[in-house]
Amino acid sequence: MTGIATAPNTRGTAGNAVEVHGIVKHFGTTKALDGVDLTVREGTVLGVLGPNGAGKTTLVRILSTLIKPDAGTAFVGGYDVLRQPKQLRRTIGLTGQYASVDELLSGYENLYLIGRLLDLSRRDAKARATELLERFSLTEAAKRTAKTYSGGMRRRLDLAASMIGRPRVLYLDEPTTGLDPRTRNEVWDEVQRMVAEGSTVLLTTQYMEEAEQLANELTVIDRGRVIANGAVAELKARVGGQTLQVRPAHPAELPEMARCLHESGITNATVSPDTGLLAVPITGEEQLTAVIGVLGGRGFAIAGIDTKVPSLDEVFLAITGKPATVADTAPAASPAAKEPVA
Amino acid sequence: MTTATLAPAPAEDSRIGLVGTLRHVGALTRRNLMRIKADPESMFDAVLMPIIFTVLFVYVFGGAMFAGDQDAYKQYMIPGLLGQTGMTLALAVGTGLNSDFQTGVMDRFRTLPIGRASVLLSKIVAESLRALLSSAILLTFAFLLGFELKTGPLELLAAVGLSMVFGMSIVWISMLLGMSLRSAQAVQGVSMLVLMPLQFGSSIFAPTSTMPGWLQSFTEVNPLSALADASRALLNGQGPVAHPVMVVLIWSAAATAIFAPLAVARFRKRV
Repeated sequence: MTGIATAPNTRGTAGNAVEVHGIVKHFGTTKALDGVDLTVREGTVLGVLGPNGAGKTTLVRILSTLIKPDAGTAFVGGYDVLRQPKQLRRTIGLTGQYASVDELLSGYENLYLIGRLLDLSRRDAKARATELLERFSLTEAAKRTAKTYSGGMRRRLDLAASMIGRPRVLYLDEPTTGLDPRTRNEVWDEVQRMVAEGSTVLLTTQYMEEAEQLANELTVIDRGRVIANGAVAELKARVGGQTLQVRPAHPAELPEMARCLHESGITNATVSPDTGLLAVPITGEEQLTAVIGVLGGRGFAIAGIDTKVPSLDEVFLAITGKPATVADTAPAASPAAKEPVA
Repeated sequence: MTTATLAPAPAEDSRIGLVGTLRHVGALTRRNLMRIKADPESMFDAVLMPIIFTVLFVYVFGGAMFAGDQDAYKQYMIPGLLGQTGMTLALAVGTGLNSDFQTGVMDRFRTLPIGRASVLLSKIVAESLRALLSSAILLTFAFLLGFELKTGPLELLAAVGLSMVFGMSIVWISMLLGMSLRSAQAVQGVSMLVLMPLQFGSSIFAPTSTMPGWLQSFTEVNPLSALADASRALLNGQGPVAHPVMVVLIWSAAATAIFAPLAVARFRKRV
């Protein structure tokens, strides 16, 4: 902290759309957040990666002014979550894991309502609703009640709803959890479009693959604490990039294949007789070529190859040396049951 | 990176103002009414209950009352039924509030720059409209069956108004239930449990003179008796008006004074 530009002041730091310092939140005896710091620079996408119960949703709810932190400060768009909640709400849009649209209203009515609540005139609210329905390919379903929508349509409507006020900062709380791969790709496309148009996004996810697709930077949290953060590429390098999976035509040859690789200096191959796969962590195309070269050169028959992004567990294993801890109780997991009523 | 990209005007007004609040309440009321359009069954209580109750009591029990004089019973029972209309519908506020909290919709509203009270006010406006519709249906049906208004339209309006005032004071209790109980069904169940003894342990459906002493003591303090008596006096022009009306107003003021702060505090805590 040497100059004004980097020192946190009453408004947060210039250039940071979201700035979080030492946020703590308890639910009874459960420590949902235990001193989280993070920043999202304007115009970038920060991925917050962590397992269920890590505190991701609690963080988003604090930054949306839905709940108050027990300690720490947070600024969004320069506004203090505790002191300026009303102004802050004008700068944000929220899309939750639980699509928060009114099921009994049509898609159009949902969007029109939010436009009016954001103080648009009747005409502007109508125009904005129509525009966003078109953009999210919901024009045909505009007049149908949201309860007739598919999961993907609902999620798109929720995204559209969060964009009515052209928010400077968008929170996407596990936007694709529970969606099938096709629908997930639709949502990804939309998010990428929003980002291309200059939105600042804070995205929470359980999937490394999603973070890789959408985020510039990554903050990994576990049990309410930040355990790593940095550029996605940087973290990926730490984790070891991808895993190459080789399926031999004759599973009996698996041990022999691993031995040959070992002889050629590729020592990190593992075999799994259960799945009939040979797995090799790789960081680049040279390694991939080398592995295939060795196996092909020794005349092994290969039935299939695949590369996969490391799973959350593998990420955690690489960072902490132990697998991700999934909390038994996820206090911030469901929209209704999470805050103690008393 | 300049400070200008972020610095909001520090003096920016964060208050919402009357016009803004009215706009928000209007938009949310529209939402509540559109929900009815998508779920017409939710209107069954408002539309059918007055008809079912009138038919049930006039024709099933009416013959056994007042020495078989159904017309006399009509004149007796229908004003009582009108009196409780505001209250039965006020109970729907709690159920509606509960289901809004259950879904993510309330979260969405809470992340918007609107006053906390708007969501609540819009519920009250929508339920008042429902109660007015229900009263209109009850009266129309009553007149079709031969109910006679012995006074005038002003007295009729006063009776409807009194029913609504009492209903408004019950809204706070309903809200408190809606935010304290886990599910909308539980809210509905508990509401019915509270409502039934109050309804039937009153002078709404039968004169209390034939009831046993202990029940009479209950009916005498039951505000619904005063409400029914006031409504009867207003529509039939018989008996004292001022006393039962005062009793209803005092009950309404007391219920509001006690439960409104509790309900609002609960709401603020959750919102």
